[in-house]
Amino acid sequence: MSDQVLIKGARLYGEGDPVDVLVADGVITRIGEGDVAEDAVVLEAAGKVLLPGFVDLHTHLREPGREDTETIASGSAAAALGGYTAVFAMANTDPVADNSVVVDHVWRRGREVGLVDVHPVGAVTVGLKGEKLAELGTMAKSAAGVRIFSDDGACVADPLLMRRALEYSTALDVVIAQHAEEPRLTIGAQAHEGARSARLGYPGWPASAEESIVARDCLLAEYAKARLHVCHVSTAGTADILRWAKARGTRVSAEVTPHHLLLTDERLSTYDPVNKVNPPLRTEADTEVLRQALAEGVIDCVATDHAPHAPQDKDCEWTAARPGMLGLQTALSIVTETMVRTGLLDWRGVARIMSERPAEIAGLPDHGRPLIEGEPANLALVDPDAEWTVRGRELASIAANTPYEGMRLPGVVSATLLRGRITSRKGKIE
Amino acid sequence: MKHLLATDGLDPAFATAVLDTADELKHTLLGREVRKLPTLRGRTVVTLFYENSTRTRVSFEIAGKWMSADVINVSASSSSVNKGESLRDTALTLSAAGADCVIVRHPASGAAQRLSGWLAETGTVVINAGDGTHEHPTQALLDAATLRERLGSIEGRRVAIVGDVLHSRVARSNIHLLAALGAEVVLVAPPTLLPAGVEGLPVTVSHELDAELPALDAIMMLRVQAERMTGGFFPSAREYSISYGLSEARQKLLPEHAVVLHPGPMLRGMEIASAVADSPASAITEQVRNGVHVRMAVLYHLLAGEGES
Repeated sequence: MSDQVLIKGARLYGEGDPVDVLVADGVITRIGEGDVAEDAVVLEAAGKVLLPGFVDLHTHLREPGREDTETIASGSAAAALGGYTAVFAMANTDPVADNSVVVDHVWRRGREVGLVDVHPVGAVTVGLKGEKLAELGTMAKSAAGVRIFSDDGACVADPLLMRRALEYSTALDVVIAQHAEEPRLTIGAQAHEGARSARLGYPGWPASAEESIVARDCLLAEYAKARLHVCHVSTAGTADILRWAKARGTRVSAEVTPHHLLLTDERLSTYDPVNKVNPPLRTEADTEVLRQALAEGVIDCVATDHAPHAPQDKDCEWTAARPGMLGLQTALSIVTETMVRTGLLDWRGVARIMSERPAEIAGLPDHGRPLIEGEPANLALVDPDAEWTVRGRELASIAANTPYEGMRLPGVVSATLLRGRITSRKGKIE
Repeated sequence: MKHLLATDGLDPAFATAVLDTADELKHTLLGREVRKLPTLRGRTVVTLFYENSTRTRVSFEIAGKWMSADVINVSASSSSVNKGESLRDTALTLSAAGADCVIVRHPASGAAQRLSGWLAETGTVVINAGDGTHEHPTQALLDAATLRERLGSIEGRRVAIVGDVLHSRVARSNIHLLAALGAEVVLVAPPTLLPAGVEGLPVTVSHELDAELPALDAIMMLRVQAERMTGGFFPSAREYSISYGLSEARQKLLPEHAVVLHPGPMLRGMEIASAVADSPASAITEQVRNGVHVRMAVLYHLLAGEGES
């Protein structure tokens, strides 16, 4: 029995004429016509776009600790259905992934499930408390081989500790990913501080609380010659700072979430916490600037900040609700809506922001690779013209907190291949 | 289903109808020994308060009782959000137990609106008695009733709201209601106590109280909460009082007809001088009296409906 998969008649990066792509032994063995094993699995790909499998630098898989909302298995399924072949699981689990035992557990569970490469993100500080460096070296050298460290959910606010983390990281060749939020400026904050929060009485989360940390961290990273990654950029001002820092040669990269590209604080008027997220939804003007910055490469990539939450943590009053929203299965559609349909990016550009750049930032050697013969067959096959209606209960995540409930969105993932194996096909896990 | 959740977007005709009814009720009950109307006999009204309150809860309770409704008071602790019953379950429980109306006060902005969503299928009416830093619509209605009584009309009048606008649901409700009824509103506060984005509200902003006083028809002083004094919003109580307090000297800059309002509880000597609070210009006790009639009127319009009496 062969393990061949024939992707028949796809357009690579949505460019040129349709071609057949033959996959075997985990790699792309041929692009073009030729012999195919009789038992090869055929993916009919007429009208579809073949891209390198997506890489998500920012997910919350909730295992260990909140398996009632997501597990590595359910989150992996969501990832595979969303076109992802690699995801990075944030450290804010219970217990926190601040040691090699937890990161290795996450790594091994991901391998066992086998639907997507699950890479644990290690905590920067012990218990995410922002007081003392976690054992970055031990985690980096563990089986999981941690390459990204973040206290996401909390900011490494102490400038001295952040400096030390950046300095220390240079010996390990790892990235410090910062959740940029000056905690003193966001005490009790609930929503973007502006005209809408003023009217609706939400305690405000000012843009400057993000921007001041990003500016500070860029300076610290430049000084330490370290690599900084800015999580979930949400404001126009942050985009300006990134542009400035990159022009100076600072080794900084940045991600934006799908929801910060599409949704705005106009959603606040319902007080429905399905729209509560940290950093908060900003203004229309911010979404415009973020889209532009992503198109220009000032923001490197899209990351979901996929954050499952139980119904009781969302179906409550706003302040009691937990921040975060599902994202893995809707990311491609939101990118299609905000970046492709607007003409800001072609599919080559989508490959860059969803796969190539995040793989480079994370240092993954076998993801985000060119679609050429001999390369690893980590692939996403996308139907760019199809549309679908989002239903939270139908998503693979255990939790159902999608802000896109009932919305009709363009862009459907037809199939995902991880090392030549089909992990999802026509919206079903294989 | 009609609720009273906010004055932002409230139909001015409804607001005026409530004020007219409150006026009628006041005159009907004036001088009566037994101040009880049978209008809401057999209806059950629950006050559900997640924050301490004396004046608002008592005012609603008296309003309900004078309308012959059965009034039940529930005090809940919001500090045990993770341990205790959720707001949603509490609301559904009260509704299932027979509440025709839930009057809710809660520290979260939007809590009353969320409640109205959860109770949409049940027919239970929700009245917002203060949600976080969002709104307190019956306070604005009683303030409007008081202003109308004192000034004869609200349209074209100039009203200053002075103090901690940032954290004040009273201010937000007054801003929208006064604007809807045709008044000009000027906010006077230090920049630290104004919300970012204030320019989106139908107001003008000033930091000079003395400059505003001569043109005012009414001045509404907001309470300065103790935690603001220690929270670095302004340098000291003394400086605040000097800049934004309504002293006797400052009161002299007001036109003779101008009304002084305060939603209470007052900090005498801080935002308002004792002599000003007790002066003929002050309508502070009338506000409390009108509060009962306005809340009776709100209950009437939401629970009794048109055509019934």
